Amino acid sequence: MTAPANTKNIRFKIKRQDGPGKASYWQTFDVPYKPNLNVISCLQYIAEHPVTVAGEKSTPVVWDCNCLEEVCGACTMVINGKVRQSCSALLDELLKETPGGMVTLEPMTKFPVVRDLWVDRSRMFNALKTIQAWVPIDGTHDLGEGPKESAENQDVRYSLSRCMTCGCCLEACPQFLLGNQFIGAQAISQARYFNLHGTGKVLADQRLDAMMGPGGITDCGNAQNCVKVCPKEIPLTESIAAIGRQATVHAVKRFFNGPPRK
Amino acid sequence: MASSKPRIIIVGGGLAGLAGAIKIAESGLDVDLFSMVPVKRSHSVCAQGGINACNKVARQQGYSEWMHFDETVYGGDFLNHQPPVYDMANMAPKIIDLLDRMGVPFNRTSEGERDLRLFGGSLFKRTHFAGATTGQQLMYALDEQARRWEVQGKVTKYEFWEFLWPVVDEQGACRGIIAQDMRTMQIRAFRGDAVIMATGGNGLIFGKSTNSVICTGGAAARCYQAGAWLGNPEFIQVHPTAIPGEDKCRLMSESARGEGGRVWVPRKKGDTRPPGQIPEAERWYFLEEKYPKYGNLVPRDIATREIFFACRDGLGIGGGRMVYLDCTHLPDATKHKLAGIFEIYEKFTGDDPCHVAMKIFPAVHYTMGGLYTSFEPKPDFKGMVPGHPKNMMTNVPGLYAFGEVNYQYHGGNRLGANALLSCIFDGLFCGPSAVQYVQDQKSPAADLPESLYQKFAQQEETKARKLIESNGTFNPYTLHRQLGDVMTDYCTVVREENGLRTAAEHVDRLRDQFRALKLSDTGMWTNQSLSFTRALGDMLVYAQAILAGASLRKESRGAHYRSDFTERNDAQFLKTTVAKYDKAKDRPVIEFEAVPTPLIQPRARTYGKVDA
Repeated sequence: MTAPANTKNIRFKIKRQDGPGKASYWQTFDVPYKPNLNVISCLQYIAEHPVTVAGEKSTPVVWDCNCLEEVCGACTMVINGKVRQSCSALLDELLKETPGGMVTLEPMTKFPVVRDLWVDRSRMFNALKTIQAWVPIDGTHDLGEGPKESAENQDVRYSLSRCMTCGCCLEACPQFLLGNQFIGAQAISQARYFNLHGTGKVLADQRLDAMMGPGGITDCGNAQNCVKVCPKEIPLTESIAAIGRQATVHAVKRFFNGPPRK
Repeated sequence: MASSKPRIIIVGGGLAGLAGAIKIAESGLDVDLFSMVPVKRSHSVCAQGGINACNKVARQQGYSEWMHFDETVYGGDFLNHQPPVYDMANMAPKIIDLLDRMGVPFNRTSEGERDLRLFGGSLFKRTHFAGATTGQQLMYALDEQARRWEVQGKVTKYEFWEFLWPVVDEQGACRGIIAQDMRTMQIRAFRGDAVIMATGGNGLIFGKSTNSVICTGGAAARCYQAGAWLGNPEFIQVHPTAIPGEDKCRLMSESARGEGGRVWVPRKKGDTRPPGQIPEAERWYFLEEKYPKYGNLVPRDIATREIFFACRDGLGIGGGRMVYLDCTHLPDATKHKLAGIFEIYEKFTGDDPCHVAMKIFPAVHYTMGGLYTSFEPKPDFKGMVPGHPKNMMTNVPGLYAFGEVNYQYHGGNRLGANALLSCIFDGLFCGPSAVQYVQDQKSPAADLPESLYQKFAQQEETKARKLIESNGTFNPYTLHRQLGDVMTDYCTVVREENGLRTAAEHVDRLRDQFRALKLSDTGMWTNQSLSFTRALGDMLVYAQAILAGASLRKESRGAHYRSDFTERNDAQFLKTTVAKYDKAKDRPVIEFEAVPTPLIQPRARTYGKVDA
């Protein structure tokens, strides 16, 4: 079933792939225009009416999403050539970007495709293990409050803690590539986050060791693309600079004190 | 024998599931954690406003854990079970301390203390917060601790795995689950000596809600069809302030009102002036006028009904179904604390709430009901016996329910900023109960015959194949839209007998149509249509239980408002609604079970309404 002829349609060109290692191909769908649509509601429409512009029966486009309010980080994709969240990508804005009225959707290119627009971002979660992204508490028993903290320090930590592991910064990064080792802005910024916490900084040396290893901070080419695409406006370049400074001091200490005693 | 080492399965990796996983791993048992999404993306991230607990400042102003307990029971219209709520209120300050130690960036005062804000249903500042994305921040802290256990091998994650069915043995005890890999579509059995459901709410039954797309209630509905009971299924919270959208309704946190935001409509019907040009005297701050004591911070069920009635009476903005939530007058420092939610409003509507009053309307938000659970009270009813295996176990031995899917804590209406608390409390306080249950078992799941597991795996294979091969005409996405519309129209803010009957007939019809479906994707790789359609079938079953409960509860209590029975009726209905699935008839059977009130006696619930 196609949309009624009397409504204005928005044309979607979508890059599809049936599974890992399969060839990709493009399909085009029309979605009837309504005010206040976002990309997700258009994909939902296509799921209900999976028929291409050519009238060919297809399957619902597969994509990853959950909260639809830009806080879970799941629905990242490349929309009109720019990486972003599909829930907060509003059609009224997108149509201004593309005067022809066509919106293109592609999966991120820096992660393996599972199917269609869904990619495998386990590399990002593994990076959190590498940098020991946690506060090493003694356990869950009642041991009183955590360390006191200034409002200023909380403000910086909060801005870093809003990272939702969406992958925009890595997609935009020229150094982060499918198959290479670079850890990327997301994990570097998380290392800074934990090093800023009274108890979290106990593991700072280990985090900096990881940052100085292969795929660490020296692989950053300072392109500064990451900070421009972050949907949460996390000061990623400040984090990279901060971890760079911490790593330098750490390296000097290591030089004079030798490797850590276990 | 290594293979008989006991394991606990947790389904769901939101706050309740993660808190349980951390506590159980700490106790030495191994955990298998299942989630349809990477756990860090669970729906708990959507919680915004904060988490309640008695604290140093409020205590010196006269607040106490007892008052938190009393507020929760009064807010819930006395349908809550009191001993677990008593424990929850008492453990709350310790939970805040623990989250603080885990590194949650709670907002700070100038002296470095944890900052506090006001929230609905209380006259004291007892809500701790991290900006306006508190749920996300709490989730991340627990996600980090769970990852620490994962690295140590005590927690094994199965992400992008969907729970399909509980494995129940000949004696009726739960001994594992059947789950499906959402990428490869492989269906397989997992052995577990106890299974904890922490699968959240069921907002998707109402079509558009504030919930995430995985909050279908499907997992709970599967347990219900396998013999677990539902408690209070008709109790659904409609949040007063959300931004209506095409794909979902986006929450606008109660913290906006907690920080001083005001709800109003133009006094003149159909006033078309922009809000900023409507003078103060021509605005009707109806919540403040009707409830001078609590003002904009009356509990959610009350605020929702008042907004709904104002719009019904033609007083909505431009005569439509919206009212103003105004934060334009707040000082800059306060606006900064709300930046997280203002940013969402601006992104989705184009208006900056710092300068223009927000337009909002109520939306389905939280499931007070859920799987029926029990507990072992202390002799004086002040709390539960810690670590008792019965705590938060369903009627199926070995099957537990934690968090939103557990019906236990919020009665007829949940207070704002109590949800995060109840989820974490369940995991931390009742996790040890599941551990105790496992330690009391004589025959480990690892030693049970493979045939038991194969039987259930086969059952799920067959069901999936039937859906894939169904060659009818109905479109599952269209049926879901119809289910959402009919449930929203007849079973949300205002309910009455005829409407409920209409809805029940419609849902029966949808169930018939469900049997004549056609999936547009019949492949066996990452088939999201199959997962959605299976959940739709379970949503329809759950909807029947919601409607049956709503129809038989001929009174008004908390979020359940009947226009044909507008008063609370304690003599007949100070009772839990228990829904049992009758397999032969494929129907819910509703029973009522008295709710004891050992610590707090029911009283009129007016919140100081003028002329109440």
